[in-house]
Amino acid sequence: MTTNIAPQTSTAPAAGLKQTPAAPPTRRKNRNSEELGGSAGRRLLKHLVLIAFGIIMLYPLLWMLVSSLRPNDVIFREAGLWLTSFEVSNYTEGWNALQSPFGHYMINSMIVVIGSIIGNLVSCSMAAYAFARLKFRRRNLLFAIMLMTIMLPIHVIIVPQYIIFSELGWVNTFIPLVLPKLLATDAFFVFLMVQFIRGLPKELDEAARIDGCGHVRIFTRIILPLMMPALATTTIFTFIWTWNDFFSQLIYLTDPEMYTVPVALRSFVDSTATSSWGSMFAMSIVSLLPVFLVFLFGQKYLVKGIATTGIK
Amino acid sequence: MSALTEVSRLKKEPRGKKRKLTAAEKKEERVSYLFLAPWLVGLVLITIGPMAASLYLSFTDYNLLQPPEWTGLENYSRMFEDTRLQNSLGVTFLYVFVSVPLQLIAALALALILDRGMRGLSFYRSIYYLPSLLGGSVAIAVLWRQIFGTSGLINQLLALVGIEGMGWIADPSTALGTLMVLNVWTFGAPMVIFLAGLRQIPTMYYEAAAMDGASKVRQFTTITAPLLTPIIFFNLVLQIIGAFQSFTQAFVVSGGTGGPADSTMFFTLYLYQQGFGNFNMGYASAMAWLLLLIIAAFTFINFIASKWWVFYDD
Repeated sequence: MTTNIAPQTSTAPAAGLKQTPAAPPTRRKNRNSEELGGSAGRRLLKHLVLIAFGIIMLYPLLWMLVSSLRPNDVIFREAGLWLTSFEVSNYTEGWNALQSPFGHYMINSMIVVIGSIIGNLVSCSMAAYAFARLKFRRRNLLFAIMLMTIMLPIHVIIVPQYIIFSELGWVNTFIPLVLPKLLATDAFFVFLMVQFIRGLPKELDEAARIDGCGHVRIFTRIILPLMMPALATTTIFTFIWTWNDFFSQLIYLTDPEMYTVPVALRSFVDSTATSSWGSMFAMSIVSLLPVFLVFLFGQKYLVKGIATTGIK
Repeated sequence: MSALTEVSRLKKEPRGKKRKLTAAEKKEERVSYLFLAPWLVGLVLITIGPMAASLYLSFTDYNLLQPPEWTGLENYSRMFEDTRLQNSLGVTFLYVFVSVPLQLIAALALALILDRGMRGLSFYRSIYYLPSLLGGSVAIAVLWRQIFGTSGLINQLLALVGIEGMGWIADPSTALGTLMVLNVWTFGAPMVIFLAGLRQIPTMYYEAAAMDGASKVRQFTTITAPLLTPIIFFNLVLQIIGAFQSFTQAFVVSGGTGGPADSTMFFTLYLYQQGFGNFNMGYASAMAWLLLLIIAAFTFINFIASKWWVFYDD
């Protein structure tokens, strides 16, 4: 049942931005022919400028990657990207430079990331279904509150939250990092999903209602399978944000055993003299790798996601 | 775009008449709250409850060990004498009002260049977008520390053209600048939003204008620019809110000190030091509320000012 509806709906709820009927494909074509009208030389020049600018943008990253394979003394001499030797020792040294091997911190990070993803997917989609499809009193008020919490700086809640969690003995556990996600506090994902569900044809729900489906069944059997793109976007952004998140992990994780990747990396920076840039770069590369992979494979959803809600 | 327009749209909706609910409506209401349950619990326990507690703590002296002691407005009046706090506000404002406009200009410029239905659009978009994903990480902050260090990459490159570099991060006059560069470097996220906005402008506008003989420049000033103002506004609000809360880069680049000479002491960094370094939880709470008020004030000003320059097509 879902397979024959999916194609038409997958493009429809590109969400937040107004859906203008002007079909993008035709416009693309027009613009292409427009571009063809310009001289080949100018086009080439434009591409050269864009590529040059792209190289400048990515140069620091490429340089870090190359430097992570260089001996320490070369890092400070060589601004280029050519490798004369291949120093893997940075990686082995960096991996074992802290109390536990770096893999331990990556596993910790993965636990937090997976917990956060599950939490966001379950709790945000439930709230989104209620806001998008159900009628209840004070819906507008609650929806407005939900939107406002998107813009709320974490600082106005972090101090009491820390006090509560430390009273409960949860400091140096992952609970303070994951529990809020199980309670849909990442409100922009609620918003993203609301926008998506609003774009799904209502007739589907109504047909299911007539067939005797309750809301729980409509949600789990019809809406959830159709909102896979929104769930994918949520998964990817939750992954990247949680993986990169530093502030709350710094506050809640003070025991080196419980360190996640960002906190471990920071303690690495503080504990080592500047002489071991090589191994620091190596571990930085290792810590960026998961985000980079997610970027490679999830680009479509990333672009859609930020176009919708403006998240980073 | 939307989160902002949503809020204003909500106000316009007419209020429903008060009447008794039917049995079916009552059932739907119960189901609704079932679906909303996790979010509502979170709202009360994770957001609103701690907010209220934070407001209360901001009027107390509290160090986690002894119970909070009510001190009235003392935390707030203390801010007027706290020159480090005032400095941190100055640093943050400077950072926000220099780096956000530069970042948005870069984002808009690149979006306009890329929009011309050109070949390789998605390739360029990916390349320019990648730094936005990585920019907030500790790893990039580590990299920045090296790049702008005394014998870092920038100085090596400068040496190639015969310019003697300096310790960009060690010098209080340039340390904040390196963080601004980092923020501008992450222009990819607003750029993607601009690109999506540009796609929403109906082609027929340009076709009609071209038929009337409007030049490319005129098409930009009379079609693209006005129709893009809601997106510019959206990006502006979002990036300002985000930049006010910047923390990681300053923390890592300065080794947690906000130095040299407090030149990278963001407000959030000072808040962290007060709250989680010195355990002045009362003062940190008061600072958090000041931050909230500042962000709310700027968002409000933005909304008011938007009436004069943001153009809505509907």
